[in-house]
Amino acid sequence: MAMEVTQMLLNAQAVDGTVRKHAEESLKQFQEQNLPSFLLSLSGELANDDKPVDSRKLAGLILKNALDAKEQHRKFELLQRWLSLDSAVKAQIKTCLLQTLSSPVPDAASTASQVIAKIAGIELPHKQWPELIGALLSNIHQVPSHVKQATLETLGYLCEEVSPDVVEQDQVNKILTAVVQGMNSSEGNTDVRLAATRALYNALGFAQANFTNDMERDYIMRVVCEATLSPELKIRQAAFECLVSISSTYYEKLAPYIQDIFNITAKAVKEDEEPVALQAIEFWSSICDEEIDILEEYAGDFSGDSDIPCFYFIKQALPVLVPMLLETLLKQEEDQDQDEGAWNLAMAGGTCLGLVARTVGDDIVPLVMPFIEENITKPDWRQREAATYAFGSILEGPSPDKLTSVVNVALNFMLSALMKDPNNHVKDTTAWTLGRIFEFLHGSTMETPIITQENCQQIIAVLLQSMKDAPNVAEKACGALYFLAQGYDDVDSSSSPLTPFFQDIVQALLTVTRREDAGESRLRTAAYETLNEVVRCSTEETAPMVMQLVPVIMMELHQTLEGQKLSSDEREKQNELQGLLCGCLQVIIQKLGSSEATKYVFMQCVDQMMSLFLRVFACRSATAHEEAMLAIGALAYATGPDFAKYMQEFYKYLEMGLQNFEEYQVCAITVGVVGDICRALEDKILPYCDGIMTQLLKDLSSNQLHRSVKPPIFSCFGDIALAIGENFEKYLMYAMPMLQSAAELSAHTSSADDEITEYTNSLRNGILEAYSGIFQGFKNSPKTQLLMPYAPHILQFLDSLYMEKDMDDVVTKTAIGVLGDLADTLGSNAGPLIQQSMSSKDFLNECLSSDDHLIKESAEWAKLAISRAISV
Amino acid sequence: MAPHDLRRPFKRPAISDQQKRREIALLRQTQNRRDAQHQARFLASSVLSLQNQNLEPISEPEPEPETEPEPETGPELQSELLSRDFDVIQASKLKGSKARQWFSRQLMLPEWMIDVPPRLNHDWYVSARPSGKRCFVVSSNGTTISRLRNGSVLHHFPSALPNGARTKDISGPAHSFCILDCIFHEMDQTYYVIDMVCWRAYSLYDCSAEFRFFWLNSKLSETGACDPPSPYHKYRFSLVPIYDCDQTGLNAAYTGVVPYVKDGLLFYNKHAHYQTGNTPLALVWKDENCSQYVLDTDSNGQVPSQQQVVLELQDDGKVTTSDDPPVVFGCLDGDFIQKSGLRLGTLLRFVISDGGMTFVDGKFQMADLNYIGKVNRARTFADSYSKVLFQYTARHSPLRVDDLITSVSSAHDQENETVDVEMAG
Repeated sequence: MAMEVTQMLLNAQAVDGTVRKHAEESLKQFQEQNLPSFLLSLSGELANDDKPVDSRKLAGLILKNALDAKEQHRKFELLQRWLSLDSAVKAQIKTCLLQTLSSPVPDAASTASQVIAKIAGIELPHKQWPELIGALLSNIHQVPSHVKQATLETLGYLCEEVSPDVVEQDQVNKILTAVVQGMNSSEGNTDVRLAATRALYNALGFAQANFTNDMERDYIMRVVCEATLSPELKIRQAAFECLVSISSTYYEKLAPYIQDIFNITAKAVKEDEEPVALQAIEFWSSICDEEIDILEEYAGDFSGDSDIPCFYFIKQALPVLVPMLLETLLKQEEDQDQDEGAWNLAMAGGTCLGLVARTVGDDIVPLVMPFIEENITKPDWRQREAATYAFGSILEGPSPDKLTSVVNVALNFMLSALMKDPNNHVKDTTAWTLGRIFEFLHGSTMETPIITQENCQQIIAVLLQSMKDAPNVAEKACGALYFLAQGYDDVDSSSSPLTPFFQDIVQALLTVTRREDAGESRLRTAAYETLNEVVRCSTEETAPMVMQLVPVIMMELHQTLEGQKLSSDEREKQNELQGLLCGCLQVIIQKLGSSEATKYVFMQCVDQMMSLFLRVFACRSATAHEEAMLAIGALAYATGPDFAKYMQEFYKYLEMGLQNFEEYQVCAITVGVVGDICRALEDKILPYCDGIMTQLLKDLSSNQLHRSVKPPIFSCFGDIALAIGENFEKYLMYAMPMLQSAAELSAHTSSADDEITEYTNSLRNGILEAYSGIFQGFKNSPKTQLLMPYAPHILQFLDSLYMEKDMDDVVTKTAIGVLGDLADTLGSNAGPLIQQSMSSKDFLNECLSSDDHLIKESAEWAKLAISRAISV
Repeated sequence: MAPHDLRRPFKRPAISDQQKRREIALLRQTQNRRDAQHQARFLASSVLSLQNQNLEPISEPEPEPETEPEPETGPELQSELLSRDFDVIQASKLKGSKARQWFSRQLMLPEWMIDVPPRLNHDWYVSARPSGKRCFVVSSNGTTISRLRNGSVLHHFPSALPNGARTKDISGPAHSFCILDCIFHEMDQTYYVIDMVCWRAYSLYDCSAEFRFFWLNSKLSETGACDPPSPYHKYRFSLVPIYDCDQTGLNAAYTGVVPYVKDGLLFYNKHAHYQTGNTPLALVWKDENCSQYVLDTDSNGQVPSQQQVVLELQDDGKVTTSDDPPVVFGCLDGDFIQKSGLRLGTLLRFVISDGGMTFVDGKFQMADLNYIGKVNRARTFADSYSKVLFQYTARHSPLRVDDLITSVSSAHDQENETVDVEMAG
């Protein structure tokens, strides 16, 4: 058998496709027939130094894949499968793996270390394999270098896999001691030192306690800083990555070291190779992130209390930090603006400069202005580009007061540079900078407008002209126009400064979308997106022109549907274009449908539009499907009950969308559209409800569907119930138990994780919206008593939410509303139940005195409804 | 290991219009869901099932005595349509005679206090009733209309009530409206609000008086309706101080200084809902100290030497009060009815002659009536039994303020005694 496995593993990597396929098949069969024996063979193969390295590597890889997967539900299955294996088998596999760490073959040892970490990731949280860390560290000082290296790598992977709270502090201490000693300059072996430095990167999250101990922290920091000076590039890079991680995890502990770190990073930025210099800049970007967060928290909380105080490291380092960053801007690469994935010193430096500006605000302006003034007119394009980039980078953060006068002077210069500068990079950055000016300094909230009646025409003329430039420049010009339009989104509904240019702008954007090279630099996408924003911000005056756009976009969409035979690459582009066109129609529908005056004219093309959307669905592309679905939602809202005539044809695509587990965005959007249709059709949706409810219930019970779709599905129950009223009766027996178990799960968060709390709150909101819709749907029906049995649980749910004290405002508002809905619909029957509940007293009173207008409104309503229910 | 990944897009415009479209769609859906929810909560809950459906149809405001219209079907059918599950929102939009007819039946009419009700000091509120015109004030569609007891319009004006004026500052949704029970006090041109019936489209009919007064007190001033008149607010609204009907409260209402002329005291049972028509759960009482008009006056403002009553003619010739069920005061001779051309439902005026009212075991038996004539058309209701009796006792042996005071203090004692008995038992 063992021989056979080796051959299978080698064949599975054969060049010959048939041999390979056959071997893969055999391996699969082996695994299915006898999993324990399969895993044992693999671990034996991996551990055996007599076997070829290729079969050993693949054996390890298959083992690893048998323990973990990306998909959440698959991951869980594999985890369960491992845990339920016979413990003798598991013990034998683990022994093989630990033994492999000592192998002189680096690939085998390295593969084993990853597999060990995966098993640790499963077992340590279940309090299994307690001897692992001890076994790894028992004789770390006596073993040969390659074993030491493999052990450190294992520790690194282990720290990446398991969460700090499942490892005891004394074991953490042992891990950190081993790792930091491995990093020390006294360690002669470079590979060991690198492995240790990389391991520390993952182990930093375990070092909370150690970082509060001055001596231990000093020691770790000293070793990390020394490692940044190592002669080995990879060690220096890894050490800076550790510093970056420390800057965000232990920001509040950095004060004693910040001066030294500045010196180290400054030297690296100036002299070191790019991978190291990038990390050195990243350190400061990361400090900016921290301070921006802290200062934001200060601003939101008047008491000035924050968990972490701000040390103003950036403000203090400003006079030296800014020149350092400005210097990097001159190190551009020749074609960085055409290369999507480009990331270099100049880009990192500019990004960091932007973050510094957001951190310190006004203080940065006088430090950057001399650099701009000195370089902006230089003959070398690098200097002009760097100056422009510096200017664009500092536009967010400083106050408009500080910037307006500078921008007013610069604006003309920028406009002329965009037209006349001979260099593509300079024009690219100039157009981007104009976009930033409009994004941050233009809009109705600005005291002194940057764009006036006098210069508006010139600005637009320049941008439209620039849209004929190279694709990268034209794309930035579209972006600038996007923000220019956005600044006018709240102008008086009758008139906008853009009105005189509206026709030209729309025409120019349409021309861009038809450029031969519009596929480059995402130019076509940018043009359509800008067109969307221009439409969104349009006013009544320009409504006829928006109306004229409808047949144009419909024609474009029609053309994409005329079936020439396409390569898969062409088809992908075609689908992308369909998505953009449906997106554009969606924006137009929403714009024209929102006013009675325009709605009437627009209604005449609804039939045609609908048939186009149905054809888009038939193309089966996820992006286009999603966009068409959103457009239909907007359409249903605009047409109201008349939408009924499309339902029969549309229904199958609706169902298809609800079945789309893989592209969960499509599913989520479709769920939202069901809500739109419910509100449009009201009880006319009834004939489709059996099908819709069946799908929604299936979605909820699927563990394949992304969890973010579940809260909107609950809300959708409410939409349906509100639309069909007491006809919801037949779904109660399915929907209510699901709501109830979801409610029980979501009543307690028991987690400090913000993301989980946020999800739990959205789930609660969905559940509560479902209850609300169901109660309101049944109101004044003779069948209200059907809901009575659910009332105790729902009140309990409200009480427990109140006790948890971690509802956000939206949930609070919905929850107190449900209390009212329950009282409103069940009336005096529920009176005694309501009076017993805590929600009707303390919770309600708290909401009545809430500062949040919406909470207060819901609470007042609930109070009225309750008073009627109990005063009979 | 590549934390700078999130920084890459810095120089690319930070637009994801697709994400923006999604967010806008979600926002619109959330907004629409909220609107639908809001509408469901308010609209449906303001459908009223009016209580007095078995009331005799009330005569049209303009009955033409000469012609012979179908006496029953016309008005009755109409009034049935109007009263069954009628939507207050639609009512707030009614115009002309339909509106008059509807509103003439929406006021809660207190009975006159002939006996002191039990538990007066526990279950009742007391307030000093302002002298003036009792009316319903409805604000909706950017205007405010007040209607008298017979349904006719008193004022049409802008007010600071929700949706009561066409101002730019619209607080709340456009279909919002409210209905207040008021007394218009001529002297200071002020509407004194004595009860709240609907507030911001939410019906308070089914709420206890305790709750309605709480809501009235906390909500009215929020709107600015109590502010002095201004271009968008023609008349000031004002609250009437309401007291628990204990000794202090009763004393405050009876003797306390108020900015208006008092016309008796109003008593509200705390647990009673707003009930249209006559109700014993709201009572009115007065004497010379707290009212200028204890005894009814005639059209010349004189107190007639004999008590006059207005009664309604029934099909069997009986003349009755406006109560439900009606109380029979006497019977007209068939010949007399024919001769005078009197029709069913006509309101007739009588005097109570020297024979007075006769009671057996505290129960009214009959009255010594003398016919005077038909009543002015503007009048829509016959007198209630309690009113007749209050006027009668006021002329013979009135219920005095001392009786009230004694009852609120002795009621207290009684309470204690009861407790004692229970303890002993």
